[in-house]
Amino acid sequence: MLHIVACIKQVPDTKIIKMNPKTNTMDRASAPAILNPYDAHAVEEAVRLKKKYGGTVSVLTMGPPPAVKAIKKCIELGADEGYMISDRAFAGADTLATSYALTKALEKIAKHQPIDLVICGKMTIDGDTGQVGPGIARRLNIPPLTGVKKVVEINKEKGYAIVQRKLEDGYEVVKSTLPCLFTVEKEINDISFAPLPNMIKAARYQPTIWTADDLENVDRKQLGLKGSPTIVSKVWAPPKPEGGQLLEGTAQEQVNKLLSIIFEKKELFQ
Amino acid sequence: MNFDDYRGIWVYLEVKDGKIAPVSLELLGAGRKLADKRGTELAGVLIGSNVKPLASTAFVYGADVVYVYDDPIFEHYRTEPYMRALHDCCQKHKPEVLLYGATPTGKDLASAIATDLPTGLTADTTMLDIEEDTGLLLASRPAFGGNIMATILCKKYRPQMATVRPKVMKALSPQPNRTGKIVEEHISLREEEMRTKVLEVVRETTKKVRIDEADIVVAGGKGMGSKEGFQLIHQLADALGGAVGASRDVVEAGWIDHHHQVGQTGVTVTPKIYFAIGISGAIQHVVGMQNSELIIAINKDPNAPIFQSCHYGIVGDALEIVPLLIERIKEELPNIKTASKLKEEIHHA
Repeated sequence: MLHIVACIKQVPDTKIIKMNPKTNTMDRASAPAILNPYDAHAVEEAVRLKKKYGGTVSVLTMGPPPAVKAIKKCIELGADEGYMISDRAFAGADTLATSYALTKALEKIAKHQPIDLVICGKMTIDGDTGQVGPGIARRLNIPPLTGVKKVVEINKEKGYAIVQRKLEDGYEVVKSTLPCLFTVEKEINDISFAPLPNMIKAARYQPTIWTADDLENVDRKQLGLKGSPTIVSKVWAPPKPEGGQLLEGTAQEQVNKLLSIIFEKKELFQ
Repeated sequence: MNFDDYRGIWVYLEVKDGKIAPVSLELLGAGRKLADKRGTELAGVLIGSNVKPLASTAFVYGADVVYVYDDPIFEHYRTEPYMRALHDCCQKHKPEVLLYGATPTGKDLASAIATDLPTGLTADTTMLDIEEDTGLLLASRPAFGGNIMATILCKKYRPQMATVRPKVMKALSPQPNRTGKIVEEHISLREEEMRTKVLEVVRETTKKVRIDEADIVVAGGKGMGSKEGFQLIHQLADALGGAVGASRDVVEAGWIDHHHQVGQTGVTVTPKIYFAIGISGAIQHVVGMQNSELIIAINKDPNAPIFQSCHYGIVGDALEIVPLLIERIKEELPNIKTASKLKEEIHHA
């Protein structure tokens, strides 16, 4: 029986977020909070592996109290248990401090039930870094397998996993000892429709919530803003380019003008 | 941590198909500027099997020093052995700045090293600068889906690390006679201790032009209306012999595969002609194509930000303009080809 933990994050939907042009800050109220899309694939894959090999899927998140909603979404997708670490001490964490706090929570979860596999999304859409997953793997001292696009085999008895890792121009097949950590690409699966019983379970579900004090052997200097080596020194609106020349006239005239412009690059069309 | 012990700008030299990856050469170009401003050395770190001869390429592109870890255990990239080699190198020679290409390999390696050292790591940087007197690295990147730019600092730890987007920085023109110092390093690693093994590497060579290598990229966005409407993008690309690109939202809508996504979380392209059709032009998209030679935008909305980022624009419905364009190209292109062929024949005659 496998114990798989998916690490997930609730994020603002950056596609529709509005910026305050005066302060260059995000108007968080303008964007709904969603389960990070890559993480949905991580949970989906964990649930599929559970169905194939048997076991339990737990999900773990760090975030403010409303992030419970993201855990409920994972229960809908088929996760069995949800854990959340939530504390002001975690606030302002960069990727290093985030992987530290999540690792402490994973160690606590593993005390109840040893973990065979950790799965993370490739990256979050608000941070866009992809650094937290590999960071957790290093801290747990397990192999990180980033960019997994297919799980070929998991063999708990013999203690290995075989996956396909996406490369720029293809993929590689890698065998790793268990436990290990995957970060997954979106193409690894299609999200299934949540069955009704899961939705009912999710509606009632309350995750286990821990504060910093509930975690063990925590070095508080490594948490949150204090534990973050990187700081954002300034944010600014991206430089505005000068802008192009608009072609005028009827559609046909515009197209003709455009054609003469692109055909000036004769060397491309020989 | 005594900051004075940390000197030099380093670039991790990624090896791809037996050569130094283009992004690493770009980083040597960017790193050279930082090193000169700071008055320090530019070094590369080369890890692999039979890679020592590649050091000369790094010198030609601007490196003063190359640290080499050459061992069969490094035949394929794997996090564990590569990380232990680079970690060893950092502890011995203490760089002030260490840059990686923001490729799958560079990001994997950088994330692991940052955790172990530990130090700060900025992802997907698109602008780099350094403070001359303090050596503080100013690493800037689009943030929050590209809605803003942010400058990230790492004040209390060394080395300062960043991954940098491919095709954003410029490689220097090669100087064939330029040489430097090779420092051979060794670390004892035993294959039996490695927890991962690469069983097979599969290259997926498609007939289609690779988007990051194409001279012409035709990219479409939500303005194409539907997956069916998006077929016009494929048709225009075919007519021009170009590759198909896409904005993030149409990839997320499932109109086209992620491989085609241009932008901060997709591919960066620098073709000779880039078409942005029905794409609003959020900065997250623009950073992936702004270095293209000629950018053409077609959009219904005259206020769409894409018109700020293009050379020529057409305000109009893509579903009307693009079919006209395809029709005219099919008419004209044979004439152009004949004309150039004729010219060539006359030239040879």
